[in-house]
Amino acid sequence: MADARESEAQNSAAADSLLETPLATLHRALGARMVPFAGYAMPVQYPAGILAEHNWTRESAGLFDVSHMGQAFLEGPDHATTARALEALTPGDFLNLAPGRIRYTLLTTAEGGIIDDLMVTRPAGADADGTLFLVVNAARKAIDYAHIAANLPDGVTLRPVEDRALLALQGPLAAAVLARHVPGAETMGFMTAADTAFDGIPVAISRSGYTGEDGYEISVAAAEAEAVARALLDEEEVKPIGLGARDSLRLEAGLCLYGHDIDEATSPAEADLGFAVPKRRRAEGGFPGAGRILAEFADGPARLRVGIQPDGRAPAREGTEIRDASGTLVGLVTSGGFGPTAGGPVAMGYVAADASEAGTPLTLSVRGKDLAARVVPLPFVPHRYFRKTSS
Amino acid sequence: MATYFTKDHEWVRIDGDIATVGITDYAQSQLGDVVYVELPEIGKELKKGDEAAVVESVKAASEVFAPISGTVEGINAGLVDQPAAINEAAEGAGWFLRLVVADKGELSGLMDESTYRNYLETL
Repeated sequence: MADARESEAQNSAAADSLLETPLATLHRALGARMVPFAGYAMPVQYPAGILAEHNWTRESAGLFDVSHMGQAFLEGPDHATTARALEALTPGDFLNLAPGRIRYTLLTTAEGGIIDDLMVTRPAGADADGTLFLVVNAARKAIDYAHIAANLPDGVTLRPVEDRALLALQGPLAAAVLARHVPGAETMGFMTAADTAFDGIPVAISRSGYTGEDGYEISVAAAEAEAVARALLDEEEVKPIGLGARDSLRLEAGLCLYGHDIDEATSPAEADLGFAVPKRRRAEGGFPGAGRILAEFADGPARLRVGIQPDGRAPAREGTEIRDASGTLVGLVTSGGFGPTAGGPVAMGYVAADASEAGTPLTLSVRGKDLAARVVPLPFVPHRYFRKTSS
Repeated sequence: MATYFTKDHEWVRIDGDIATVGITDYAQSQLGDVVYVELPEIGKELKKGDEAAVVESVKAASEVFAPISGTVEGINAGLVDQPAAINEAAEGAGWFLRLVVADKGELSGLMDESTYRNYLETL
């Protein structure tokens, strides 16, 4: 029997040079299986296993260590200056981002590809005017930071933060649990942020995440991270969750993973990320790759990221060839596996635009065999983000 | 009935001319939750070391190699609907396939149980 992807040789070869997050000791104490990920030793799963961790997050609350991701402040003299500096690098609308609110955005290349996807928060504090807070992917942070720093106007600087951890608490019971430590957390709206305290420890929390569930991300000083994590794990609703379940959760939620579903060769229109390019920026342009990206939104891209449901039970992994009804190669699977909540195989991939409509039959080549599949709407599992009801 | 083991973590139990093949408990623990199994067709001839089956966990696909040459005589079809049986009883009810053994001489290259358990200590 041979493990196709996570060979022990590969793990041990890289182990010497791996970085650790402030929670590495806790992960090992919890029995985590640690694997190399984006230069860090990260927990892929705990003893309960990926399926149990996935299901626990969907039903209760899962605690994830995402400290490997990059946290950085973009600082300028006033909000308009800093917002315009970021708008020169992304298609997002940050001029109109209100204090305490968060947006998902993309760093784009001059050719319209995607350098990274990131979360941008405008802190609400009175002394925070002119500051935006960025969270970027671990594997891209060096590239992002160099790209951003090289393209800022005078007076705006990027300040990466190296001494903070980032936790994610995700799941339907996350709000009730967090409110015991951060009173008022349960009333925060989706995609809002607050500088507050967790049992007296200063934290920045945001009602966001990447599992499709309601939840929060908690930025905390590295030295205090274990205390926050242990306090949450002491709650009976909370269990530790590894990167394995994080991946199956985000795949079922139809969310892109950088380096797999999006990269410098894919454009926002191809990736079906139109929500990251709001109306004002579509009208005004002025971001890298605007010519191609806006033309693709107007006319439709030649290929499109879609959800793919294989018939039967065999998972179709990344790299699987996708053919249309006539046998023509139309694309590749970019993320694929078994969806525990969906109860079967799920995948995302790029197909030619004329094969992108829901219901279109496809053929997947899995280990030399043709498997029937079809295009389905994303997400595979409905999002359950917190929505305030107007009253 | 004698049971033999490979360094790739397959087991093979010999009963007369019939060899029952599965993966070891160590292998299932390394794989994690098994979600899919692909079994060979009955009648397929396998040479020692050929891909006999595929087992997929949530994260990855792995091949199960034939520990001995033979002709597929039976498969554990129940695994297709209950792949978790491999996690629950890898060295028992979670068997994969049965072969009509072609050459019992090939068994001499495999490990017995105590040798295999000692081998695991070195990993």
